Amino acid sequence: MNQIESFLHELLSAPGVAGFEGPVCEIIRKRWEPLTDEIHISRVGSLHALRRSSIPGKRPSLMIAAHMDAIGLMVKDIRDGLIWITSMGGVDPRILPGQLVTIHGAREYTGVVQMLPDRLVKHQPAGGAPGYSQLFVDTGLSANEIQANIHIGDVISFASAPTTLGDKYLSGHSLDNRASVAALTVCLEEIKDYRLQWDLWAVATVQEEVRTVGAHTSTFELKPDVGIAVDVTFAQEPGLSTYETFPLGKGVTIGSGGNIHPALHRELKDRAEEIDLPYSIETMPKGSGTDAMAMQISSAGVPTLVIGIPLRYMHTPYEMVALKDIHRAGRLLARFITTLTSGSLESLFKGGAA
Amino acid sequence: MNENRVKISRPQLKLLEKLSNAVGVSGNEDEVRQIVIEEIRPLVDEYRVDRMGNLLAIKHTKTADAARVMFAAHMDEVGFMLVQADTEGCYAFEAVGGIDERQLLAKPVLVGKDHLPGVIGSKPVHLTSPAERAKVTPLGQLRIDLSPGCAGKASVGDYATFATRFWRSGDSLFGKALDDRLGVATLIELARLNPGTAEVLFAFTVQEELGLRGARVAAYDFEPDMAFVVDSTPAFDLPLDESEDENVLYNCRLGAGPAIYLADAGTISDPRLIQFLTRIAEDCGIPYQFRQPGGGGTDAGAIHITRGGVPSVSVSVPGRYAHSPILHARLSDWKNTLALLYQALEKADRSILNADR
Repeated sequence: MNQIESFLHELLSAPGVAGFEGPVCEIIRKRWEPLTDEIHISRVGSLHALRRSSIPGKRPSLMIAAHMDAIGLMVKDIRDGLIWITSMGGVDPRILPGQLVTIHGAREYTGVVQMLPDRLVKHQPAGGAPGYSQLFVDTGLSANEIQANIHIGDVISFASAPTTLGDKYLSGHSLDNRASVAALTVCLEEIKDYRLQWDLWAVATVQEEVRTVGAHTSTFELKPDVGIAVDVTFAQEPGLSTYETFPLGKGVTIGSGGNIHPALHRELKDRAEEIDLPYSIETMPKGSGTDAMAMQISSAGVPTLVIGIPLRYMHTPYEMVALKDIHRAGRLLARFITTLTSGSLESLFKGGAA
Repeated sequence: MNENRVKISRPQLKLLEKLSNAVGVSGNEDEVRQIVIEEIRPLVDEYRVDRMGNLLAIKHTKTADAARVMFAAHMDEVGFMLVQADTEGCYAFEAVGGIDERQLLAKPVLVGKDHLPGVIGSKPVHLTSPAERAKVTPLGQLRIDLSPGCAGKASVGDYATFATRFWRSGDSLFGKALDDRLGVATLIELARLNPGTAEVLFAFTVQEELGLRGARVAAYDFEPDMAFVVDSTPAFDLPLDESEDENVLYNCRLGAGPAIYLADAGTISDPRLIQFLTRIAEDCGIPYQFRQPGGGGTDAGAIHITRGGVPSVSVSVPGRYAHSPILHARLSDWKNTLALLYQALEKADRSILNADR
């Protein structure tokens, strides 16, 4: 297992449901601290790590962001010795029966999500897809133990164990978007010995899955000249092969559309080609659905770009990603960063958005 | 009182854990059978594996012309078989035994003899419409994905099962295949006991989930005078949806002791054996419950109509979420089931069958 793979296993073993990113944030802070010059946590919990430019005086800054929060569940009611649930972020209720989860109550409790059997459901025909009203967590705890230790509002995370498949692929919960946190880490390692012309902020944002809270607030605070969001994108999977999906393990995606500054798009493509890094163009006609949406409209506006890492079975506890693509995303970022000069900002954007 | 001989402590739980984690899909029970053979080898007088794969073990009695008493539990579990190769590392699969399609989306599985990890994938929620989310995804559309890195490492015909790992939380036991590894573990514990006046016949059966196929030939072979079948039955002891009414369709309840069968879809239990068991339970203060008469069935369905007929009764350890990735049973129920059957094994003789039926 290489360093990034074992770091990912560590990341995937930590909870970090949107709004409750503390445990995963701490793991990232420890990993990034030796790779950066300055590190702090924002008012809302995002992690800001600075690699300072070696150029004296005023210099441009780049923000690279990956969200560290994940989808999950929350306790909405406790009755009949069972814990009734709602979702945090988009979770298809149909995937939930039979899922292993951790309830973050007075301490951590393992449980299984299940649905009411058909014979006990009167208001819909037997054999239907379960909705949240029929889904609960069974912990095996007594009603008294539950009452004392678990409360409405407690967060529930998926407890699927990270698993390496076929040597080069990884399965687990929260690969959306810890895969990108790992890509940023690859980047920070690649540029460790470089003298940078720009300031670089590596940011692990909070609450992307809910309101892109971290991206809004961190971009405002750090005021970068350019922002790049790294996020997972849809990989081709059995039964799913549309323009929105990309082959798994065959390269990263570079976004294209209203959320993407055309000059940055061209620039990243050139950088990828210089190092023979495979990529696809990801068309985003309706926006990117990533942190870049918030970054772009922060303050007086920020030119943004999205790098995508293809991932199968998004928003399930068994997402799948190719380790190769994570390394590629990190290397592409590193290439872009190390080729920036003090004049890049002006030459990139002198023509406005065209 | 014999109660205190019923010990379920670390070694028994370790064994149940091993049995629950082992892979033994109907038609492919070898891994479970090997574990059982290892355990019972020093405990029984003879054992063999029959043509179907049933493991048949006998403990002799010194009593002449003794009653032949059969105890049966099935080794197999529901699971999957890869039936067609799809794109790199992905396979279409079929269910082996009855599995609700609604339990399948986004689940980890183990494939083949080497237990290759894989997942049953589920489409991203972002790319589904509300109408789609209101429908159950049919099994035919699902794939087991071993990742493109595993292309060629599995083959059509390989078996697969849920990758759940057993755990215990207080009195609760969670794991896959507790239907019927609880029964298998129970029979192993019974084999530790010295028989009374009966010849004791243990059948660890195959292919129960495919239609009680192993039990039929095991019973033919053993030619027992009576049979006790140990299984796991669903506990539907959950609230009604959007109603304060009492749940009268619970089948059986967790924590209420062994569930004794009166009648299911395959068998009307022999009333003499029901009475034999309930009398023991009452005399010894062992809690028990009757499983609500109705559908479902156990190996008794095949055993009781073998040869000229075998008086049979089933006893189940209640379990929630049968045939799903994770079942939930109670340690206390298992313990009380074992206590009841300990007594049954010791006391069983021909006189039971002399009573009126």
